[in-house]
Amino acid sequence: MTVLDEGIARPRPAERVSAWVTVHDWATTVDHKKLGVMYISSALVFFLIAGLEASLMRIQLAVPNNDFLPPTTFNRLFTMHGTTMVFLVGMPMFFGFANYLTPLMIGARDLAFPRLNSFGFWLFLFGGLLLYFSFLGGAGLYGAGTAPDVGWFAYSPLTGRAFSRGNSTDYWILGILVSGLGSTATALNIATTIITMRCPGMTWGKMPLFVWLMLVNCLLTLIILTPLTAAQVMLLFDRFLGAHFFDTQAGGSAVLWQHFFWFFGHPEVYVLILPAFAIANEIVPVFSRKPLFGYPFMVGATVMIGFISMSVWAHHMFVVGLSAAANTFFTASTMAIAVPTGIKIFNWLGTMYGGKIRFKMPMLWCTAFLFSFVIAGLTGVMLAVVPWDWQLSDSYFVVAHFHFVLIGGLLFNIFAAIYYWFPKVTGRMLDEKLGRLHFWIFTIGFYLTFTTMHFPGLLGMPRRIYTYEAGRGWDTLNLITTLGVAVQAIGLLFFLWNVGRSLLRGDPAGDDPWDAWTLEWSTTSPPPDYNFETVPVVHSRRPLWDLKHPEDPDWKYE
Amino acid sequence: MQGRQVARARVTGAIAAAFAIVAVPAMSAFGADDAVRAVPNMFAPVSTPANTIRELSFLVLGISAGIFVVVSGVLFWCVYRYRQQPGDDREPPQVYGSNPIEWAWTIVPVLIVLILFLATARTINELQASEVPPNALKVTIVGHQWWWEIRYPDLGVVTANELHLPVSSADTKRPTYLTLESQDVIHSFWIPQLAGKTDVVPNRRNLMWVEPTETGTFLGQCAEYCGTQHAKMLLRVMVHEPADFERWAATQRKPATTDTAVAEGRAIFQSTACINCHTLDGTNADGRFGPDLSHLMSRTTIGAGAATNTRDNLRAWVDDPHQFKPGVLMPAMKLDTPELDKLTAFLLSLE
Amino acid sequence: MSAASGSIAAPSAPPPAPASWNLPDKGRVGMACLILTESSFFAIFVVAYLFYIGKSLHGPYPAEVLDLPILSSICLLSSSVTIVFAIRALRAGSTAGFVAWWLPTILLGLAFLILTGVEWYGLIVGHGLWVDTNLFGTTFYSLVGFHAFHVFVGLSLLTLVLVFGLTGHLRAEHAERTEVLSWYWHFVDTVWIVVFTVVYVVGR
Repeated sequence: MTVLDEGIARPRPAERVSAWVTVHDWATTVDHKKLGVMYISSALVFFLIAGLEASLMRIQLAVPNNDFLPPTTFNRLFTMHGTTMVFLVGMPMFFGFANYLTPLMIGARDLAFPRLNSFGFWLFLFGGLLLYFSFLGGAGLYGAGTAPDVGWFAYSPLTGRAFSRGNSTDYWILGILVSGLGSTATALNIATTIITMRCPGMTWGKMPLFVWLMLVNCLLTLIILTPLTAAQVMLLFDRFLGAHFFDTQAGGSAVLWQHFFWFFGHPEVYVLILPAFAIANEIVPVFSRKPLFGYPFMVGATVMIGFISMSVWAHHMFVVGLSAAANTFFTASTMAIAVPTGIKIFNWLGTMYGGKIRFKMPMLWCTAFLFSFVIAGLTGVMLAVVPWDWQLSDSYFVVAHFHFVLIGGLLFNIFAAIYYWFPKVTGRMLDEKLGRLHFWIFTIGFYLTFTTMHFPGLLGMPRRIYTYEAGRGWDTLNLITTLGVAVQAIGLLFFLWNVGRSLLRGDPAGDDPWDAWTLEWSTTSPPPDYNFETVPVVHSRRPLWDLKHPEDPDWKYE
Repeated sequence: MQGRQVARARVTGAIAAAFAIVAVPAMSAFGADDAVRAVPNMFAPVSTPANTIRELSFLVLGISAGIFVVVSGVLFWCVYRYRQQPGDDREPPQVYGSNPIEWAWTIVPVLIVLILFLATARTINELQASEVPPNALKVTIVGHQWWWEIRYPDLGVVTANELHLPVSSADTKRPTYLTLESQDVIHSFWIPQLAGKTDVVPNRRNLMWVEPTETGTFLGQCAEYCGTQHAKMLLRVMVHEPADFERWAATQRKPATTDTAVAEGRAIFQSTACINCHTLDGTNADGRFGPDLSHLMSRTTIGAGAATNTRDNLRAWVDDPHQFKPGVLMPAMKLDTPELDKLTAFLLSLE
Repeated sequence: MSAASGSIAAPSAPPPAPASWNLPDKGRVGMACLILTESSFFAIFVVAYLFYIGKSLHGPYPAEVLDLPILSSICLLSSSVTIVFAIRALRAGSTAGFVAWWLPTILLGLAFLILTGVEWYGLIVGHGLWVDTNLFGTTFYSLVGFHAFHVFVGLSLLTLVLVFGLTGHLRAEHAERTEVLSWYWHFVDTVWIVVFTVVYVVGR
């Protein structure tokens, strides 16, 4: 049952088509919805691969002096795990959800540049495949290769020809460079769409907050991703043309790579987390049955995060020996960014306060996100304190911190988003019971692993080590950490089963199963190719609320 | 009831987290009595910089714990109190926001951040080394893949992987200032009980200081990924009473022992590739790629902590170091058994 | 500011749809985004150049081998002027006028590339300076090289449009899109001003 007065023509049931036609359709599509699904599906596949890489590492680290994996393999695994999760899971998840939802939320029919959209997706995918091809093709030199083993941030001079022989590092550079070009293209596309294709009445102040955050995120991506490309090109020049950008023998600076990388790398983690916030901005209000508390402040806080995030990069370099003045500046900027982030958390709490919260799967995940993100943010503020960071930088405390951010912050919201929008994309509901099994098992495993993981860091365990001495106080803690991974894996199995089963036999969803308020819920599930039969006109931030509550519409109060 | 289940689980999680925050300082008791402090616990500091960091940590942990309790408390409250009651489908009052509340919860965090920043800035200036005071012991650390070269320029001592220091007491203050350099890639010098870590960067000289106030052996290791055997680039710091330290330095300064009983071993050493990478006084070995072997047997481990320094391990190491530390840059020397035995006997004589 | 959800007021008509709804042109916004991201890319090479000024361990040094590229700069910057006239002509409907200004734009850009090539020949063959010589060589060829590459890409696009113009496919309604392309060209020229200042003024 649609809400709009003018009925939307239901698309005719698809005629039976051959598998080849379907494959061809998807392979050549420029439709933002199909590309969105392709982005998200690819990201999920890479997520499982990177999760497997992590599991292997954790088996190696479960006991001291273990010989399950040789050091060379372990070093490749942590490099590929980090690189995959950041570039081949986090980024495509962002682009996938932004791609699918942005036109629907702003009342447009597609992105501004549909063919560029497709180009961006395929660049991302081929870049990722190139990176993984290194496992097969990387062994150029006997004893050197296969997959890159320099860490996801690939510090020089370790990445120079002298210390990374063979071609494994080149796969890292080229795979990510190609993928990055795709990301730049898509970010440009989404930003242009939001700026130029909103439906009549949707002024800046009436855009869903999801769309605001995607806009800030895309602009941030445009500014910070090409610096990584530039640094990678410099590294390629060093490795292939004998250039000296990072060549300490020729007077070059090993620290320059770090400056360039982290100038990209820190805002990149905001690029990864802002979509999580965007998702929470949609789900928390709908399930609390109230509008988002403090919309203007949320917009302001997001813009501030975007700007400040470009000024904090050297907090990854507190131990490199910068001057006291530099360290003091960066600790200030890093602490400053905690303020707008805190404001966002308080606004979500303010949304829940006084509401009538429905704890369906999306809201369960968002609640778990709120709890975990407070912890993640606090350990982050702790790490902003330079002397504390002097002890704990490059230790398992940092690893625990950023996994709280990326799993507790990002992944929990991605699960929330999948439970929330799966009905819209597929026309079927995910199963609540399987969902609860997924949720409880996974979160218990998550807390078991990552809460525990803080302690080896506090007891002096550095990161990126393939084994450790017994008797340092790290033994039991590492074992518990590994056990938690097994629990998370079980949780994920329930998730995959849920998705598979629901695709085939899930309950029909209808257009608006959650009684939500933004424009995507006014279309059929799934939406027709053209999204909207007539371009909608909106008067407030919650157009469907206005239609469902004509006696008490938002536009009277905004 | 979904909301209450969620609330209960959250409470459990919060209690666990709060316990952890309290337990961490309590971990100071870890490994308190051993001569070798096997647990490199930053909350059991034995040196001035590490002590200062621990004190700052209490402020940081306290503030964080407070914020955590308040914010997660509000979260649990909302989850519990505002969950939908069965059968109640009415919409709640649609509140859009409140400017006074927004300003309140902006200003309070700004103040908290300001306090934290001021405490941090003061500690940075207290700890960041700028110049070396006259009474300090000076040590130069050179990071290599995957071992530590340790030089005492004023004492004429060169050793590897084990840093010996004099203890500093209230009446005789004797801090040690370490100049950090690298021969190849970036490493990081970290002994949690003595100080925070500082990176060891090629083409750059970093300065840090420690001031140990207790004797004993303390552990650390490289903390910046530097290649295949980053995990086995371990550090041992032996802190001595001043007299013992002087005695140690004097022994290290003595020329390498020349024991005629192992002359054959010495001859093998001098005619094999060993001399290209290692230094040994009184011989033609002057390589700087590997550790100085003049007082090899004064060290408790070999391979930067990869194995204890026993006869069998030493023999096996020379035969094929990759069985202890796969990927290490020292090749298997491929000596036949009699040569290996003689060479080992020679090495064992290098006290 | 909360709604009284208890009382039911009579539904009121929503405000009318906006009389006009004009959002910026997507070509312009897209090009602005491209310029933003490319500026970021160049900024890193500029920072590397500035950082390494005076740090080369041995020569050749900039002061010894670099001469101010006055002629090539005049060519490139003039092409920004000619391109503006070309667009104006197209907007007024004159394809002949468009080609009369567009062709010199391309020729001036080409002159810039040729003169750059001559300069590089002198540096490589005459002074033995290449990417691997020293820090100056590395940063110089990277920064100037990437700029020249962007000029080359621009020239290719301009030539394509010239072909459209010469074969009668270009009309006044294409002036909008051609102007967006000219923004790219202006960007390339602006980058040259920065490169010129950093390399030939500050760095020498």
